[in-house]
Amino acid sequence: MASTESLLPLTSQQDPLSRSDLNSETRRRRPIKLHLAVYSGFLLIALYVTLIVTHDGSRVKNDETTTESRAYLAGVSEKRVSNDRENEAFPWNNTILSWQRTAFHFQPEKNWMNDPNGPLYYKGWYHFFYQYNPNAAVWGDIVWGHAVSKDLIHWLYLPFALVPDQWYDANGVWTGSATFLDDGSIVMLYTGSTDKFVQVQNLAYPEDLSDPLLLKWTKYPGNPVLVPPPGIGEKDFRDPTTAWKTSAGKWRITIGSKVNKTGISLIYDTTDFKTYEKHDTWLHQVPNTGMWECVDFYPVSKTKTKGLDTSVNGRDVKHIVKASMDDTRIDHYAIGTYYDSNATWVPDNPAIDVGVSTGLRYDYGKYYASKTFYDQNKGRRILWGWIGESDSEAADVQKGWSSVQGIPRTVVLDTKTKKTLVQWPIKEIESLRLTSKKFHMKVEPGTVVPVEVGPAAQLDIEAEFTIKKSDVDIIFGDDSVDTDKEFSCETSGGSTVRGALGPFGFSVLADQSLSEQTPVYFYVTKGKDSKLSGKDSKLSTFFCTDTSRSTKANDVVKPVYGSFVPVLKGEKLTMRIIIDHSIVEAFGQGGRTCISSRVYPTNAIYGATKLYLFNNAIDATVTASFKVWQMNSAFIHPFSADDLGVPSRT
Amino acid sequence: MKMVMMFMVMMMVSESSMIDQTCKETPDFNLCVSLLNSDPRGSSADTSGLALILVDKIKVLATKTLHEINGLYKKRPELKQALGECSRRYKTILNADVPEAIEAISKGVPKFGEDGVIDAGVEASVCEEGFKGKSPLTSLTKSMQKISNVTRAIVRMLL
Repeated sequence: MASTESLLPLTSQQDPLSRSDLNSETRRRRPIKLHLAVYSGFLLIALYVTLIVTHDGSRVKNDETTTESRAYLAGVSEKRVSNDRENEAFPWNNTILSWQRTAFHFQPEKNWMNDPNGPLYYKGWYHFFYQYNPNAAVWGDIVWGHAVSKDLIHWLYLPFALVPDQWYDANGVWTGSATFLDDGSIVMLYTGSTDKFVQVQNLAYPEDLSDPLLLKWTKYPGNPVLVPPPGIGEKDFRDPTTAWKTSAGKWRITIGSKVNKTGISLIYDTTDFKTYEKHDTWLHQVPNTGMWECVDFYPVSKTKTKGLDTSVNGRDVKHIVKASMDDTRIDHYAIGTYYDSNATWVPDNPAIDVGVSTGLRYDYGKYYASKTFYDQNKGRRILWGWIGESDSEAADVQKGWSSVQGIPRTVVLDTKTKKTLVQWPIKEIESLRLTSKKFHMKVEPGTVVPVEVGPAAQLDIEAEFTIKKSDVDIIFGDDSVDTDKEFSCETSGGSTVRGALGPFGFSVLADQSLSEQTPVYFYVTKGKDSKLSGKDSKLSTFFCTDTSRSTKANDVVKPVYGSFVPVLKGEKLTMRIIIDHSIVEAFGQGGRTCISSRVYPTNAIYGATKLYLFNNAIDATVTASFKVWQMNSAFIHPFSADDLGVPSRT
Repeated sequence: MKMVMMFMVMMMVSESSMIDQTCKETPDFNLCVSLLNSDPRGSSADTSGLALILVDKIKVLATKTLHEINGLYKKRPELKQALGECSRRYKTILNADVPEAIEAISKGVPKFGEDGVIDAGVEASVCEEGFKGKSPLTSLTKSMQKISNVTRAIVRMLL
């Protein structure tokens, strides 16, 4: 999760106490690693002088550092206690915690999960592997969990696919990716943490290709196939990608790493996945972005909305580089051009290169370590992303589990703007839609309207908003209405701060008295031109989720998430919200801007969960047309023989 | 011989300076230095070694606090409910945060270590607030928050 400002829940902006708290724990310069290599007496003496100087200055320097800048720390997904005095230390009980478990998102039966691994489609089954701790609800003892599904929704748990049982993965079977070879067989490359804590790449393959469930996996006896090359830290070498074909017919992979503070992606070519030639150049690098984890690299069509197999290249193709930033825990991507001949990739717009803070994100909420795969069954590229918890580890331990995976999303280039990807929940999720209700409501400025849909913890909402044209015109004619100079979901105060044309949207997971609520909304401002919007656009639109009042509990991180969303001329404002207990996934303008958030209400649970429509704009009347579906459970359960041949249990 | 002596002196200077250098980048230099210098492993540890020492200090402090909580049950029965919550929170520090942090720092995935270290401070704060201003554990809570902040800063150097 977490943008730079996500540490600042709404409450702390109003509370000077938390301001000072923030100062004490925000940005600090990263340290200079001092490697003292002592070779000669000369050096020693020089060193002696240096050290004394450094030592003497240390305290002063420390003070400077504290006030100096608010650095990296602020961007990190983290657990902390909010300083809102109205919020009490919350005694979580099992009734409240049980409600948090999701009904149709992938999560293991219990314990900890993180990165998605090696997703693939084989002989009628979608396979999903995941980083899993079999022993606790916190990270550790990592194995590969495994599940299969006919439709990416109704999952069946299978036995672990890979466990640490060799010296080269004794300390963990970490993240990896699958590649289909030309003969239809499968290779899996994954990172092992060796008995000496060195990160190496290993090869595994299915023992029996005639088994559609791919139950048994064999580790290649010659593992590891790749060790950290010279100049790369032994703990900075992980998460190999799916391989793609070079024009010379070889396979090529990339692996994230760093050199000093520059995030890089190493390139290797291979023919057999056992031996590799390393390129001396990198696929890409961006200074000051830190370690790149879980790099993903894939083509997208400039003209068509179907997905492309990973090896596809050509004139109508753009290439995406995505990396997960270890420093900030944000998944950043950029759009660019890939050059097969020298194995490099160049961003279309260097100002929004991979990992820079103003760059593009799959998701402006909590979403990390994501990975795509090409679904040859339906000709689409599908994105998986890990959505962790925002509560305390005590709560995770008490409820016995931690983390969910987002609903898989199809991902394509926005063929209209060619400047962002568009992500949309896979079509199959609609098979869970039960009863629906249609609404058409006009909401005056400053109103909140209950939306009567019955239970509101498992919903799918699709909505369209229009702002009354005369209101917009008046605002443009009125010079006293300022341009919102630098509106930002994260820092502009959340859903209670009113502007001329917003915020308006839905309050989800709310209780009757609105003591708890999570608003998902648009905020429209008199526009500056944005690098992403059409130049003719007079309005700038932002899409946000405000979790700052989502729960009374204080041992929960409650940021306001969101970002700018491109709205083209003639387009209505549209949003889709998928609610599944403690997770809310929001998609603005057909998936140009997405926000996943985790929320933990204490009152707005079970029968008390409600849905509201609100318009907090000062001047604008808004009309909302929307449809709300009740969502079924996906009944995710362990595989049994009964499940063979049964497409789904609904 | 003189050279050897000088070399030894140099090494000692450089060792203490590794701690100083690291602690300068934390929010509490004095606490950081005193904790690390008090540990025999401190003088020869690298950055992850220093982080592990501090996680150990979190463990020691949590154990001590848990003993204190157990003692208070008898002395202050009126605080039973808050103490019960505190006991659960400190057990989380010992049984979840600390092992998670140790494993993550040792294995070279410090961001999961950061989770455990931050959470130790969170759990202590939650415990404290349960007393609604009448906490018998305030100084222990503050110590945990401070160690958590210092340790976190060092864990981030490993990212």
